[in-house]
Amino acid sequence: MDKNETATVKLTVNGAPHEGRCPPRKLLVDFIREDLALTGTHVGCEHGVCGACTILVNGEAARSCLMLAVQADGAELITVEGLAKDGKLHPLQQAFHEHHGLQCGFCTPGMLLTALDFLRTNPQPSEQEIREGISAVLCRCTGYHGIVKAIAAAAPVLKQS
Amino acid sequence: MKPPKFDYHAPASVDEALALLARYGGDAKILAGGQSLVPLLNFRLSRPAALIDLNRIPALAYIRAEDGEVRFGAMTRQRTIEFSPLVFERVPLLTEATRWVGHLPIRSRGTIGGSIAHADPSAEYPAVLRALDGSVVARGPEGERTVAAAELFQSYLTTSLAAEEILVEVRLPAMPAGAGYAFEELARRHGDFALVGIAAVVARDGERCTMARLATSGTGPVPIRLREAEQILERDGLGDAAIEAAGRRASELVEPDADIHASADYRRHLTGVLTTRAIRRALAKAGHG
Repeated sequence: MDKNETATVKLTVNGAPHEGRCPPRKLLVDFIREDLALTGTHVGCEHGVCGACTILVNGEAARSCLMLAVQADGAELITVEGLAKDGKLHPLQQAFHEHHGLQCGFCTPGMLLTALDFLRTNPQPSEQEIREGISAVLCRCTGYHGIVKAIAAAAPVLKQS
Repeated sequence: MKPPKFDYHAPASVDEALALLARYGGDAKILAGGQSLVPLLNFRLSRPAALIDLNRIPALAYIRAEDGEVRFGAMTRQRTIEFSPLVFERVPLLTEATRWVGHLPIRSRGTIGGSIAHADPSAEYPAVLRALDGSVVARGPEGERTVAAAELFQSYLTTSLAAEEILVEVRLPAMPAGAGYAFEELARRHGDFALVGIAAVVARDGERCTMARLATSGTGPVPIRLREAEQILERDGLGDAAIEAAGRRASELVEPDADIHASADYRRHLTGVLTTRAIRRALAKAGHG
């Protein structure tokens, strides 16, 4: 398609169908925030270093600033808005709450979705493995201790569910 | 919007992708996992007329054992490689190196073909390809050709592939049974660009070293095979003195660059330290053949 054309992007976000139109150069994170009005996904560095924009694409953690919206046509996305159910925090969110896994909250959406994919493939991680797993996301408030504790605490809960 | 304007195509086959590539006459870029290209677009350091996205070509994603090699479709994701039992059985060096490739969400999207074609000198996969004497298959208007690792990497971000060719397959010879291996790396943060990385494979018969393979990342424009350091082990065996000598030789064989993260001298020093560390760890895993 030509650079000045717009394409229709149809996808599923947090279980609900969504549709929008955008030019090919629109980044997925901007599409999610501006076109779908889901602003829980944060934009940080916009070049794949900070991890704030991490979401799940077809079940796998990916940086939404490093994908084009047109590439997500037909995909199933999970964003931070999809974690809490019926007004109840997701067990991982609950653990972040209990263990002071956030202060300003800017990195938290990316942290949560990265940690979810990490725990899916490593359900019983060591502290060192958790630190390596979340090395993908930068937090400038907490010093990471609370985040590591929260993920360690959530691991057995998620393993059961 | 951050990226500059570009035409966008998501062909369903390699033939279709090749036709598009020819149509733009060198002004199009191939989009694989996008974990290096999209940052370049976001910074507008790259301004291609068009992107040709290979992500809608399912035939380019596979891992199979064939002719004593493990063959990877260029679009095989790094996360798939990380967890592949076949890869761990035949080329475990690649499994270990993959854990150093970017961060988890980068590996979800990043591909083996993209990493090798991008030819970042600090990347892990080019070093593994050099260490194992692998090759890539490139397809162009004239058909397919195989390019050996030694002939592939030309300079920073530059390979010997032609503008009208697409890297479609990566081939790694299976490692000999009982060979020990290690990938050592130092980065400022786990998953960040390597200051230096060392891929090592050793096979032993008692104290005798029957095969040594050492390759670097982060030590100059292209990954380096440390052949003279390998020869020290193959000649003098796997005792401490030989390992130390191989490390010293390794640091003499590289011409690293300085940047904001590390001086050239420090990288040279690291090359020696990580080489001895990699050999020792590989040796600990090697069976007595």
